Amino acid sequence: MKKLFTALAVSLAGFTGTATIAGSYPDRPVMMMVSYGAGGATDFQARIVTMTAGNDDALGMPIAIINKPGAGGRVGWNWFATEADKDGYTLAAYNIPHFIAQSIKGGVDFSTDSFEPIANWGADPAVFIVGKDSAFNSMADVVAFAKENPGKLTFSGAGLFVGHHIAALQIEKAAGVKMAYIPTKGGGSAAMKSVIAGDVLGGVNNLSDAYRAAQAGSIKILGVADLERNVFLPDVPTMMEQGLDVDNASVNFRGVMVPKGTPQNIIDKLAIIMPEMFKHKKVAGKMKQGGSPMYIMTRDEVIAMWAARQATLEELLKGL
Amino acid sequence: MEFIYYFGEVFTPISMLLLIGGTIGGLILGATPGLSPTMAVALLIPFTFQLTPVHGLILLGAAYTSTVAGGAVSAILLKIPGAPANIATTLDGHAMALKGEGAKALQLSFISSLFGGIFGVLLLIFLTPVLAEWALAFGPPHLFWLAILGVTVIGSLESNSVVKGLLSGCIGMWLATIGFDDMLGVKRFVFHSSLGGGVNIIPALIGLFAIPQVITMFAKGRFDQDTSRIEVKKHPVGAAFKEVFKRKRALGIGTIIGSIIGLIPGVGGQIAGLVAYDQAKKFSPEKAKFGTGHSEGVIAAEAANNAMVGPSLVPLLTLSIPGSPTAAVLLGGLLIHGIFPGVDLFQNYPEVVWPFINSMLIGQVLMCIFGIYIASFAARVAQVPKSVMAATVLGLALFGSYAVQQSMGDVYVMAVLGGMMYFLERFGFSAAPLVLGLILGPIAESNFVQGSMIANAQDGPMIYFFSGTLNIALIAVVVLSVGYSAWSEITSRKVV
Repeated sequence: MKKLFTALAVSLAGFTGTATIAGSYPDRPVMMMVSYGAGGATDFQARIVTMTAGNDDALGMPIAIINKPGAGGRVGWNWFATEADKDGYTLAAYNIPHFIAQSIKGGVDFSTDSFEPIANWGADPAVFIVGKDSAFNSMADVVAFAKENPGKLTFSGAGLFVGHHIAALQIEKAAGVKMAYIPTKGGGSAAMKSVIAGDVLGGVNNLSDAYRAAQAGSIKILGVADLERNVFLPDVPTMMEQGLDVDNASVNFRGVMVPKGTPQNIIDKLAIIMPEMFKHKKVAGKMKQGGSPMYIMTRDEVIAMWAARQATLEELLKGL
Repeated sequence: MEFIYYFGEVFTPISMLLLIGGTIGGLILGATPGLSPTMAVALLIPFTFQLTPVHGLILLGAAYTSTVAGGAVSAILLKIPGAPANIATTLDGHAMALKGEGAKALQLSFISSLFGGIFGVLLLIFLTPVLAEWALAFGPPHLFWLAILGVTVIGSLESNSVVKGLLSGCIGMWLATIGFDDMLGVKRFVFHSSLGGGVNIIPALIGLFAIPQVITMFAKGRFDQDTSRIEVKKHPVGAAFKEVFKRKRALGIGTIIGSIIGLIPGVGGQIAGLVAYDQAKKFSPEKAKFGTGHSEGVIAAEAANNAMVGPSLVPLLTLSIPGSPTAAVLLGGLLIHGIFPGVDLFQNYPEVVWPFINSMLIGQVLMCIFGIYIASFAARVAQVPKSVMAATVLGLALFGSYAVQQSMGDVYVMAVLGGMMYFLERFGFSAAPLVLGLILGPIAESNFVQGSMIANAQDGPMIYFFSGTLNIALIAVVVLSVGYSAWSEITSRKVV
């Protein structure tokens, strides 16, 4: 009996042929690995953007999120680069610039060459914040203080080799000043707490979290580290507008990728479906409610963005 | 007293159904090793997508309060703390269960959880603005001293000597340094890929507590399985209430310490139970009975870990800063419904926030009722033959440590630590101080490193760590705590 089934399966496989693998893909639920803990911003957004995956006009199969947190994302991405199945049923969320910065710094098993991007769903720029009663009202005030007091301007951010750290390095480099970057353990919220409580003079944080804190009246946002102003904060100027040559290298881009070696026709199919899936009005509605800025990019655009980031970060992290 | 007007929303049929479902589900999840309150809330958030904001939050509030209390079930009956919050409950709770008083221990734990929990939520309702400022007052130096205060507790915890207790604590603190360090950007002690993310507290907890027991049970099981069968005593609920209110000191200490520690962002409920247990012991005239199945131990620990629930939400709701991992997950739950926490939260969304808080009050009562209901037959777990028990606990340990982050690496960590603990226990070391070291190590280290960085940009570490009222007050308490332990050690030697 068993033999009969095997024979049947083999003949069926031969019949349909490899060319149509992508045609039947996916025929079972797909898994997506998030390298941060359940409930964090990346996890939270990943769950929202994949909630319509089961619809017929999307994958037709649900996407299940699994979390492999640890070491600022390194644990999950290490696993994804070395152990994940390359059959299209194992996707992962990426965070740029985090994983690229970590791979440049070394000590991990992945680099941009280990993964194939599929599509980008969100972009959360870094912003410079100060407490609500701070004397600083613009980046010029901050730079002026830092020039007069080298190494004395304390400012917090979530750890090393993450978007916040990159923005911090870029600001210091652009202004030609030395400031005291204080990495916190416990992510962006611990860094935010230290600014609100006045433990530090300023900080770099996510636009989405800073936007909420500013709405609540506990901080002021002085500048956005992006190429353009953000729709959530139309009144806050970019760093460039304030004379600091800081581009969008620190923007936290989030999207979907697969391990290198996944069949090309599956990559192509996902690359067509995913951006459309992110555009679903239910997804857009929930993301807006949660204050999470969306930024949809196709596979080609993401490939170009990764390459650009790799070059900028290699330059910035040289000698660190 | 605005919140009273919003009780109506909690008593609609759908809300009550969610509340009851959330409470029962929470108790079961909480009782399962590895499924911590944080996990339970995170797992429920996708379900709230389909609910209205009020209903979604009622479900999350009920689940949060009841998972914290549910952790006591496995702590008492199996000596596996469901979450770090329940470590202290194992100390006397499990000793009671071994004496056949499991039902009593469970009843005491649910009643003191109810009392502590309600007190905590009332603090949240009436004192939020004051407490928010208080929570912010704790900067890196203060958290560092607070962690050191925790370290002084280690020595007196469940070991037969202070030195062995401190040594266990040191092993725990060393284990905590394993992994990638976010603040220095280096790898430490990562000699196996399973250790890249460091030692996760939940698998460690399960391994350290469960595995030595399993080994012991397998070793002995063949010989004394039926002879040592425990007689499970029935315990009237009324007597349990009387017992809790007779132990006013333990209940008060637990509730107050839990509320204060719950409030401080970054420390959270992990150590509330242990610190309360230690203080209740120091202030009790029946010190020697602690650890042998004394009701005060259970009452103080469980009152503390539920009292911390309400205050732990203060920084989240008023400042949008999640003070604990569970609060961080709840923040996601609020955001998904378009609710942005902040000082004007109570003005902008009273129709959502108040029912959420009220549901935690009602949830406490439901949790106590269902908890007591299951107590009488759950206590029969003690009668299960050792061989069956050992296999079950081993299964739960494997499941629980894998479930935390779906990682086989965590299972290895659990097994290795568990095997190590079996031998350490034979030499008189115990798991509780080791776990406390594992929890406190990172708090002490990260706040010291961060504080030093800030201090070096300002007036130097001496001024930063040793000046200011709060610093001096904390240092004084540390000195008192060490002094007291040393004094009692010396005097007790004289007697012997």
